[in-house]
Amino acid sequence: MRVKPRFKDVATVRSGLKKENYLADDGIAGVVYLADRLGKPVLIEGPAGTGKTQLAKSVAEMTGARLIRLQCYEGLDESKALYEWNYKKQLLRIQADKKSDSWSEVHDDIFSEEFLLTRPLLEAITSEEPVVLLIDEVDRVEVETEALLLEILSEYQVSIPELGTITAKQIPLVFLTSNNTRELSEALKRRCLYLHVDYPDLEREKEIVLTKVPDISENLADQIARIVRSIRQLDLKKAPSVSETLDWARTLMLLGIETIDEKEAKETLHILLKYQTDIAKAAKELSVTK
Amino acid sequence: MSGFIAELRSAGLPVSLTENLDAMEAVKVIPIEDRDAFKYALGATLVKNNAHWRVFETIFEVYFSLRGPEYEINQDNQPDDFWREMQDQMDQVKGQGEGKGSGGGMDSLTPEEIAAMLMRALMNGDQAMMRALAKQSVQRFAGMEPGRPVGGTYYLYRTLRNLDLDNMLQKLMDANREMSKQELTSLEERLEKDEFESRIEQFKQEVEAEIRRRLVADRGAEAMAKTLRKPLPEDVEFMHASRDEMQSLKKALYPLTRKLAARLARKRRHGRKGPLDFRNTVRHSLSYGGVPADPKFRYPRPAKPELMVVADISGSVAAFARFTLMFVYAIQNQFSKVRSFVFIDGIDEVTKFFKSTEDIGEAINRVNTEADVVWVDGHSDYGHAFEVFFERYGKDINSKTTVLLLGDARNNYHAAQSWVVKEMRKRARHVYWLNPEPKSYWNTGDSIVGEYGAHTDGVFECRNLRQLEGFVENLA
Repeated sequence: MRVKPRFKDVATVRSGLKKENYLADDGIAGVVYLADRLGKPVLIEGPAGTGKTQLAKSVAEMTGARLIRLQCYEGLDESKALYEWNYKKQLLRIQADKKSDSWSEVHDDIFSEEFLLTRPLLEAITSEEPVVLLIDEVDRVEVETEALLLEILSEYQVSIPELGTITAKQIPLVFLTSNNTRELSEALKRRCLYLHVDYPDLEREKEIVLTKVPDISENLADQIARIVRSIRQLDLKKAPSVSETLDWARTLMLLGIETIDEKEAKETLHILLKYQTDIAKAAKELSVTK
Repeated sequence: MSGFIAELRSAGLPVSLTENLDAMEAVKVIPIEDRDAFKYALGATLVKNNAHWRVFETIFEVYFSLRGPEYEINQDNQPDDFWREMQDQMDQVKGQGEGKGSGGGMDSLTPEEIAAMLMRALMNGDQAMMRALAKQSVQRFAGMEPGRPVGGTYYLYRTLRNLDLDNMLQKLMDANREMSKQELTSLEERLEKDEFESRIEQFKQEVEAEIRRRLVADRGAEAMAKTLRKPLPEDVEFMHASRDEMQSLKKALYPLTRKLAARLARKRRHGRKGPLDFRNTVRHSLSYGGVPADPKFRYPRPAKPELMVVADISGSVAAFARFTLMFVYAIQNQFSKVRSFVFIDGIDEVTKFFKSTEDIGEAINRVNTEADVVWVDGHSDYGHAFEVFFERYGKDINSKTTVLLLGDARNNYHAAQSWVVKEMRKRARHVYWLNPEPKSYWNTGDSIVGEYGAHTDGVFECRNLRQLEGFVENLA
């Protein structure tokens, strides 16, 4: 079943991602590479807005694979994640020719793939073309539901009582993201490679701003990255995420600001920070001369 | 390699057999000479919790720090080209040939020159230079002797003292101000300062790593790992935490409370079914032709407990009290009401500090500075504190209230007044005592936790975050 690896080495992953405007550091690229080589899912954790979901999307684009996304939420169950029998169609089938078929024929017939509604997980492993499966915010489902994922994550197969086991035609790249609102079960963690995506360092953040915001000057990007880093060092309720940094950069561009001074920084802080107490604190900190 | 895994396990990381196998598998497909890739391969397969990453990193450094060419320890034969280049740089800076010849390497430099070079490297953010300087200064200043049984922190201290990094920041700022012609705005100045601070921090880490490398070379990895073994943040004891550990504790606290709050909220919602919702059932029965086939239930709304926290904040247990207060307030929406009191030998209510601000840290600070807790001499007197508490606030204790008493019950041989606790228990729903001391110390010396404990619903040992979390989860 092992197909040929998708990536040659870590550097290929990195440059490939860069082409998709996703700047990976060594850790990220390395884990993506390993995930492909070992055929294992990747569990991505980290603060909100650091590009966890984006990573999966970018990898999909890079490999030219289809992205199948399963958004997790409380109350997600088998029939929405794995498969469901299309019972309306089954009913029609039974009523269509009542006389002709014997019981066993009908029975076998209505539990065939024709009457199966595939949901994201099943779709991902039955797909012929290459896919990237993204299971988003896996920490939102209950602990019991997590168990649904285990079979598909370790064996890449789904067991359907009426049909038997469906094994994957090709091994998809699987990404799970978690915002860490609860501890995931050991069983799930054990089956995955673990990747923690943190806020980028100064250089990388600057690069990200430069690639994502067109026409921004090097100087401004540098300043933005440095101010954001200073703000992140404060003890805040919610530190600014990368997406918020980008929003801020875009705003400054729209306002036609070339270099940020104190006044402008203060006036646009509400884009970076979402709590009034945080804004007040940051404004105070930034204006204080030591 | 198996030694490495064993060390991870003994440091408290849960590494399972399959994870171990995965790591082996991963290492196979990674080019072995790429040290970073090697590290991430191990990290991705072995460490499944971000809080454990630091411990992993330390142990990794110890076990694999001698790999890779740029990490080799060459005492004498420094790569000459590199040094020459550095010397040239130095010469340019000073405008005179102070560097003593290019072949001699760095050994001939005076401490002042090293300091100057370091300053320059920090100024330009020159990584390679900083690493080289770290190496050099360790060799010079740390005075490491093979086989001497002192910890790495001793050497670290010696090295850094010689470099005088505290003043370095000030000097850097001054130099920077001189260099840029026009006045810096205060914003820019602050940014510069942050930048330098992070570079100095980086340099310190280089020094630390260098010392570690040398110690490993001297003593061997196993012995070294043992001395470096640090508890995970959730296992750090409140009473003996160092300043660094306190910081990491604080960092660990927030995600922990968030998780706990999410878990408790979930428990509350899913715990049990509420009473039958008659209207809803009838409404839904219409779709089954009037047969109530699908009974509907009301959402359960179990009462949230009221909480009164009474904490000893005298020196010995202050850290513990602080953490418990932070913890409780971080999940205060799980309780219908939280009131907090602090005492040493007098007692004061501090609820208002937490009410007036959203920032828990600030509130704690105000508790420490503003609360009126000293009655006579500022030594813990549980008896008197409890008496006053009961007198003033006792009437507010009712059948919904849970009272938490925090402290080590070291009463300095004052009167115990344990009847107060007994009275409290009569009125309150529960009275619990949390003690940050290890169980084996209870009731030794002036500790009278047993005497109070007899009147409570339970005394719990609460030495670290893990135990605290466990207790709070059962409480709410």
